[in-house]
Amino acid sequence: MVEMSATDKVDVSIEHKQVTLDDGTVKKHPNTCPGCGSHYRDDELQASLRVCPQCEYHFPVRGLERIEQLADPGSFAEDESALRSGDPLEFFDLRPYTERLAEAEESTGLGDAMITGSALIEALPCRLAVMDFSFMGGSMGSVVGEKFARACDHAAADRLPLVSVSSSGGARMQEGILALMQLPKTICALEELHASGGVMISVLAHPTTGGLLASFASLGDVLVAEPGALMSFAGPRVVAQTTREKLPDDFGLAESNLRFGHIDRIVPRQELRPVLAQLIRLFRRTA
Amino acid sequence: MTSDAELGLRDRLARLSGVKLLRGTRLSAEFERLQRQLERLKDDTSDEEIWQRVELARHKDRPYTLDYVERILDDFFELHGDRGRMDDHAIVAGIGKLEGRTIALLGHQKGRDLKERTKRNFGMAYPEGYRKAVRVMELADRHGFPLVTLVDTPGAFPGVAAEQHGQGGAIARSQAMMMRLGVPTVSVVIGEGGSGGAIAIAVADRVLMQENAIYSVISPEGCAAILWRDASQAKKAASAFRLDAAHCLDLGVIEGIVPEPVGGAQTDVDAAALFLRESVVSHLHELDGTASDDLRRARRAKFRSMGVFA
Repeated sequence: MVEMSATDKVDVSIEHKQVTLDDGTVKKHPNTCPGCGSHYRDDELQASLRVCPQCEYHFPVRGLERIEQLADPGSFAEDESALRSGDPLEFFDLRPYTERLAEAEESTGLGDAMITGSALIEALPCRLAVMDFSFMGGSMGSVVGEKFARACDHAAADRLPLVSVSSSGGARMQEGILALMQLPKTICALEELHASGGVMISVLAHPTTGGLLASFASLGDVLVAEPGALMSFAGPRVVAQTTREKLPDDFGLAESNLRFGHIDRIVPRQELRPVLAQLIRLFRRTA
Repeated sequence: MTSDAELGLRDRLARLSGVKLLRGTRLSAEFERLQRQLERLKDDTSDEEIWQRVELARHKDRPYTLDYVERILDDFFELHGDRGRMDDHAIVAGIGKLEGRTIALLGHQKGRDLKERTKRNFGMAYPEGYRKAVRVMELADRHGFPLVTLVDTPGAFPGVAAEQHGQGGAIARSQAMMMRLGVPTVSVVIGEGGSGGAIAIAVADRVLMQENAIYSVISPEGCAAILWRDASQAKKAASAFRLDAAHCLDLGVIEGIVPEPVGGAQTDVDAAALFLRESVVSHLHELDGTASDDLRRARRAKFRSMGVFA
């Protein structure tokens, strides 16, 4: 395998499109488009907002990069970043939950799967609650629930719109029944925000499934999804196994959800920032 | 759970279940006292004991919602349909008299024989079921009827049509509706409290579990398949989850445990119904007279505080 070096200007060699994992399995390089096989450098992908210029495939976006894409430069101020999960069940599957948490924190640099704070979008002030799928599959445990709830509190107190970007496999199993309780908890906080006259715009990124779809992500005043995002309560594999039904090609995808009336619009990533700004302007209370 | 203390307690509960309840305050107080004692008997439940509860919660003879309805409510009138698309038989709902006043009741319903099981879809509701629930909640709120929900589902149905009809959103909206209700609400998990399908109708002022009911974020089998990559590790998953009533009480997820006859609710359905009725009535009495705003505020504060973090 050819060694990559800092002097490589353009990498066109096929070898780099694959990474060999420790156990010998060969995986497609994360910068290779699963849609069309085109391969990109990191800076190319970053510049295109992680959308394939050839086929419009939307690569996953980490939480902080998402905020960079949406917020005015330098406007984001993170809060509640010190929150860390407890381990109420002393949960142990193949490894202890605390170990999984520590490892996730080390590999992602995040305290949990959601980043919250205040920001400007096209000079319009708002609150952001953005999920990061790379932290334990974006699963929602006590910290995600609490962060979202506090984001609602802040939005209500400051009379600012709340924009949530979800990307999550659902409730975090390692927190057991308390993870399930984050569904009513986040819904409750959102109810209070709505009661105060506040607005929540829910952006559904790939994937938004399970407990996320069954709680706050479905309850925004406006729901927009990224193209091709999976948004289903039960995942395709579970449905296929349980019902032995043949799944439609677009099962649970944003496109199907739009057709069945569950979301308002599919917004390609390049348009997300102006669309959010438009919505914030439309919901702004005029004095 | 076979200590002497527990045997003694069970004996007294069994005797109490034989007494024809006259709804005297003395008897209710005694019942409550025994209940509290039972709640304390949660120390050191073994994996095997937790799995026994899983099996009892899924027992084929375990009483279902309608078995309790006919024993607890007078003059029950069943309400059908979501007023939009269909009548989901996995959730039953209606109004009836409890202690002389009208209440609304809704709950998951499983089937007894193969034909009925298919009709009830094994207690797994479609979005239409949750929309029926929301419609009945609105009705209860409009007329000031206290709402009782009985939870008994393996989970919301995972199917193509269910997704197309908006399963996730329906479950979210049902919870949001329960947050808004201005009437007293009591939910009891009477069998399986399976994930989103359960919480959809369990956002209540008082959430109770029967002694052998289970309440979990995912089924033990589902969890084992994902975390252990082996569905046969369900027993391990069940105890790792602490999905039994005593532990849920410990975690602050529920407010109380409803005793069952010795051996489980299926051994004496009348007695189980009597216990259930006593519990529901006493909790509704406690909530009586509370202003709607205070009910909502307390309910929201309760769910808002759930979770463990530092």
